[in-house]
Amino acid sequence: MSNSFRAYVGNEKHQKVLIPIISIVLGFIVGIIIMLFSQLNAGYLFTALLRGVFGINTKFIGTSRSVFNARYIGEFLVSSMPLILTGLSVAFAYRCGLFNIGAEGQVMMGSLFSIVVALSFPGLPKVILLPMVVIAGALGGTIWGFIPGLLKAKYNVHEVVVTIMLNYVGLYFLNWTVKSLPGSSLVRTVDIPDAAWLGSDFLSDITNNSRLHWGFIIVIIAVYAFYYIMNKTTFGYELRAVGFNKDAAKYAGINVNKNAILAMTLSGTFAGLAGTLLTCGTFNYGRVIPAFENYGFNGIVAALVGGNTAIGSVLGGLLFGALQAIQPIMQANGIPREIAIIITSAIIIFVAMQNGIKSVLNKIGNKEA
Amino acid sequence: MDTFYGMLTLTLIYSTPILVTALGGMFCEKSGVVNIGLEGLMGFGAFTGATVMYFVQGSASGPYFALLMGMLVGGIVSILHAYMCITLKSDQVISGTAINMFATGVTIYMSQIIFGQQRTVAFNESFTKTTYPLLSKIPFFGKFLFSNIYPTVFIALILVVISWYVLYKTSFGLRLRAAGENPHAVDSVGANVTKIRYSAVIISGLLSGLGGAMMILTQDIQYTSVSIHGTGFIAMAAVIFGRWKPAPILWASLFFGLSQILKIYSTSLGIFAALPLEFFDSFPYILTVIALVVFSGKGVGPKSSGVPYDKGQR
Repeated sequence: MSNSFRAYVGNEKHQKVLIPIISIVLGFIVGIIIMLFSQLNAGYLFTALLRGVFGINTKFIGTSRSVFNARYIGEFLVSSMPLILTGLSVAFAYRCGLFNIGAEGQVMMGSLFSIVVALSFPGLPKVILLPMVVIAGALGGTIWGFIPGLLKAKYNVHEVVVTIMLNYVGLYFLNWTVKSLPGSSLVRTVDIPDAAWLGSDFLSDITNNSRLHWGFIIVIIAVYAFYYIMNKTTFGYELRAVGFNKDAAKYAGINVNKNAILAMTLSGTFAGLAGTLLTCGTFNYGRVIPAFENYGFNGIVAALVGGNTAIGSVLGGLLFGALQAIQPIMQANGIPREIAIIITSAIIIFVAMQNGIKSVLNKIGNKEA
Repeated sequence: MDTFYGMLTLTLIYSTPILVTALGGMFCEKSGVVNIGLEGLMGFGAFTGATVMYFVQGSASGPYFALLMGMLVGGIVSILHAYMCITLKSDQVISGTAINMFATGVTIYMSQIIFGQQRTVAFNESFTKTTYPLLSKIPFFGKFLFSNIYPTVFIALILVVISWYVLYKTSFGLRLRAAGENPHAVDSVGANVTKIRYSAVIISGLLSGLGGAMMILTQDIQYTSVSIHGTGFIAMAAVIFGRWKPAPILWASLFFGLSQILKIYSTSLGIFAALPLEFFDSFPYILTVIALVVFSGKGVGPKSSGVPYDKGQR
């Protein structure tokens, strides 16, 4: 091995980028090995990715049918958008040293608040109702993030346990509310009024009838807001200081408790918006959810892979959005869709093992010598 | 009165998986390792139990064999958690989250590979409810403890006693508790913190696997992606509510089991009929958040729980 390669992998700065990439590659390798062991064609994983992300169907190459279908790109973005938001949510709390495992529940509360507002004011015009629905969703998530933040600051109760418990409370609360709204069946509410819908015929047309909706504007604003708050404001600086070293921050006169509450609260806001996107964009009705849909848990992976930064969460969200988008394509080819979940969880396992990967990299880099 | 006894029996049956898994969680946390992967480990146990049960149907010892296999698989998967948390000093919460997700992926994937569908094929027979001839004649207790009950309930109750004995009456238990309070002290007397924590995590895996298998074999006919539906987290709640001690964990598990039973009976019980079913589902979780606030600052939990052991750090 050349010396420059050794120096590259041994460098701590480069490792920050290398470790997530290695984790992702290893995660895919685990998936491929499992597919090979179950005697499935692992090549489908890549053709499915080409089709699910870029809309290119390799089967149609050389035939008279169109190889490219923009609908897949639209659907890929639809799957990615909520994950980018939950990624931002987890990353925001993580930078303050808090682990928000409750994005799942915050998404549900966002959905709940959005659907209630959307169905309560049917007569309002779009310019008023749509912002109200978005704000309501943000508020739902915010409240569900504020509770663990407050309990952490006031009673030093671990945020992980509280958020886990609130995930389930959110799930059941959402299901009860959805079922109780007027006109609801046992599985869904009635359609929301057009004025509360993020979807658009224009976006749908340019992507060959996908469900692509205006939610991407909310995502872009959220990504910028994350970056701005974290890097350009005093609050962001304090928040990072607390995350870096709580005691030192306290010594420097930073109010640790206030920052913990705010970090969890705003973390919930990001996740709540994901709920709005799901209820009023991806779908146009509220749904009864039998079990977690893993938006929050995928958000944890997206944030971790992205190094808890704004741009990293976007990339992470796109990666796991892709893994979600290819599931139906895989299933149609006779490959269990759960392989995507296995790959996702393998990636978290490798990200969690970063101490191990680091020591291997250091050994290759031969730092001591 | 028969409804009342029936309710008590069902409460025992529904509490069993919570109790067994919670005992596992207790060992793990007492040794200083947080395990939020209980739900996933239960899933592995339940999937294995349901699969094995389908293939060994017809033999009298079949259900016990299925339990054993579920337990083993739970134990094997937990080694991954132990390796990540103890050897690699990874973030224990992330590791647990990974195991939970891994479980949903692997179990349903395997169902598709083995059975060609999203769930395991239903088994026709597993444990049967038994009324014990002499014991059921005991006044009061016989009516619900020995009538129409699954033998898994007794396994769980025996496990409570064994857990208490191991934790408080053996040197292994003493070291295990110390490893969660002050690992450096354990190290200084020559005991191996790594080994102790590994055993504790594997015990939690074995018990969660067993709990999952018990749940599937007594409350279900097949494994689906929603079979465990949060029972692992209720077990985690029972550990906290039971203040990390075997006997209180028994009461907490019974209490949470009762809340599930009340849900079933709520339509026929006047006072509960007005409450939405979702209230009973979310009850254990709400209660746990309240309990956490009440216990806060009293230092009831293991002090070093969640902190990787670093020999060099003081």
